[in-house]
Amino acid sequence: MQSALTQRLRIPNFYLLAAIGAILTVAGTLAAFYMEHHGHQVTGMNNQVFWGLPHVFAIFLIVGASGVLNVASIGTVFGKKVYKPRGPLSGLLAITMLAAGLFVIMLDLGRADRLIVAMTHVNWTSVFGWNMVLYPVFFGLVGLYVWLLLDRKMYAYSKAAGTAAFIWRLVMTTGTGSIFGFVVARQAYHSAVIAPMFIIMSFAWGLAMFLLFQTAMYKWQGTQLNEEIRLRLNNLLGTFVAAVAYFVVVYHLTNIYYAKQTAFEHFILVSGGIYPQLFWVGFVVVGTLLPLLFVFVPALRNTPSSSILASIFTILGGLAFLYVFIIGGQAYPLEIFPGMEVKSSFFDGVVDPYTPSLPEILLSIGGFGLYFLLSLLAVHVLPFMPQDDIAQLQASGALHD
Amino acid sequence: MSEDRIENKSRRSFVGAAAVAGIGVAALAPGLKLIEVAGAAQRAPGEPASSAVRWGMLIDTSKCASGCDACVKACALENGINETVTDARQGSQWIRKIDLKDPKTGQEHSLPMLCQHCEHPPCVDVCPTGASMKRADGIVLVDRHICIGCRYCMMACPYKARSLVHMPLTEQNPLVPRGQGCVEACTFCVHRVDRGQQPACVEACPEKAMLFGNLNDPNSEIAQRIAKEKTTQVRADLKLNLGVRYQGI
Ligand code: SF4
Ligand code: SF4
Repeated sequence: MQSALTQRLRIPNFYLLAAIGAILTVAGTLAAFYMEHHGHQVTGMNNQVFWGLPHVFAIFLIVGASGVLNVASIGTVFGKKVYKPRGPLSGLLAITMLAAGLFVIMLDLGRADRLIVAMTHVNWTSVFGWNMVLYPVFFGLVGLYVWLLLDRKMYAYSKAAGTAAFIWRLVMTTGTGSIFGFVVARQAYHSAVIAPMFIIMSFAWGLAMFLLFQTAMYKWQGTQLNEEIRLRLNNLLGTFVAAVAYFVVVYHLTNIYYAKQTAFEHFILVSGGIYPQLFWVGFVVVGTLLPLLFVFVPALRNTPSSSILASIFTILGGLAFLYVFIIGGQAYPLEIFPGMEVKSSFFDGVVDPYTPSLPEILLSIGGFGLYFLLSLLAVHVLPFMPQDDIAQLQASGALHD
Repeated sequence: MSEDRIENKSRRSFVGAAAVAGIGVAALAPGLKLIEVAGAAQRAPGEPASSAVRWGMLIDTSKCASGCDACVKACALENGINETVTDARQGSQWIRKIDLKDPKTGQEHSLPMLCQHCEHPPCVDVCPTGASMKRADGIVLVDRHICIGCRYCMMACPYKARSLVHMPLTEQNPLVPRGQGCVEACTFCVHRVDRGQQPACVEACPEKAMLFGNLNDPNSEIAQRIAKEKTTQVRADLKLNLGVRYQGI
């Protein structure tokens, strides 16, 4: 298996694909400079909705980065043979997704030039502050893990590194979830369910990103993934998508259960315009029902493109969920005087409109561009793509274990 | 980074100058501005803020007139909030007037809402860099030199008391440095308080609806009124022990 891993990927049209990734990344960077120069007045954000579209994309990438490592963990930590050859690619994508997520979130800061300040002044009571440790250690552990997987002489140590990375990423996503879960002030966020919900979302979104990238690379290379392996990975995606749906139901039910939250829930699920639409159409139909159909309905699951479609729908659903969660959560007025009708010059008591502006859209998409570019460059120069020894897997019965 | 250091240095000298100006005021007009503020609260130059003092404000909503925004105007003038915004939602508001109506009783109130200078401020807890901080005397401030503009404090503040500066600023008030991309909030006019004066809003209120003083000093007017009269903390359920108390809601 190890010798097979040393083959690197030949991608036709590599330069064209790299150029697409680079153009998106540069466009995102230029958009960020434009925002930095003119201030956030050129965005759709304001003093009520102050985390906008870039946060949606950044958090998707950061959460997904932890989940995409799942594929490697299942191979190394839980010993599933089919997943083992996928370890290096899974580790690579974890690094590139996190880097891309941080690219977006850092460039969206009001003072993006103060990156050094962010790294040198850490407030330990802040979950955000912990990230100054959580992210670099994640990069370090996953980098080490990928090296141990790729270096035949060091392979024996990969299990220890893989286990450490597995635990670390659970901590990291708990941290990301807690950024919201600890916010006592807002109706949308203060809930203990959010951290586990983010963990399970990371599994689904990360696997979808993995499958999409893997399938695309295979396609461009003119090879195809073994059908049994493809179906197995698809089933796992279906299971994660269903688990996400379960957590989202629990999150909303617990909110409805607390009487003071019912008005907020009505807004998000029924009366809030774009937010209920995105929730029901984007998250429920596109992000949950469609992937489940493509994974579990026999007529659909056996078409080779079912993996790609299920993954794309899961990703779109994830973005829709985060849009509703992050932006809808801010658009709904903060309840400063519960039970009272309020009016003020600062838009108290009214739902805040938000429309992302072009620079925000470019920066957000730029994050995906950077993720794609980095991943593509890496698989071009190093043997990250999984090579399956089907005969051996079949002989050992590993295809079905 | 080096730019930040220079800024920091100039800020220190600015604080020093402000303190010297403070003695100036005290020397020129002894007792004039210091009557309200307990003697112990006046800081000597270079002396750090002391936890013997807890600055607070008591707002009597029964005196506060709907439609009056004298405090808001005074705040803007004092703190140099003078930029023109095309989208009002992107403008800074350190203090705003809120009109309340109880739908059950029909009772109406009008009140100024500002940073509540929480004893346990969520904004300070969540700030990743420590830019949001609470001084020993209870005043919650943002250090504009290390604020990275992440807006997490805005997410955490239960009172919508903070604003991000959305645009380049010109014509600043040198006593109150502000900056594009940084978050800011009411400072209780710390630059005035440190030289023994009252916050601008308190001074400007034509109805004398706002009272400022040292909550820790049992002889101060504010402490005595809070001891005797019924006061409310907004969203008291969050148990943040606010520096701003209201009467009449
Ligand atoms: S009111 Fe808001 S900004 Fe002021 S101290 Fe409390 S949490 Fe911080
Ligand atoms: S915006 Fe500034 S003050 Fe607020 S949490 Fe971020 S760094 Fe701290």
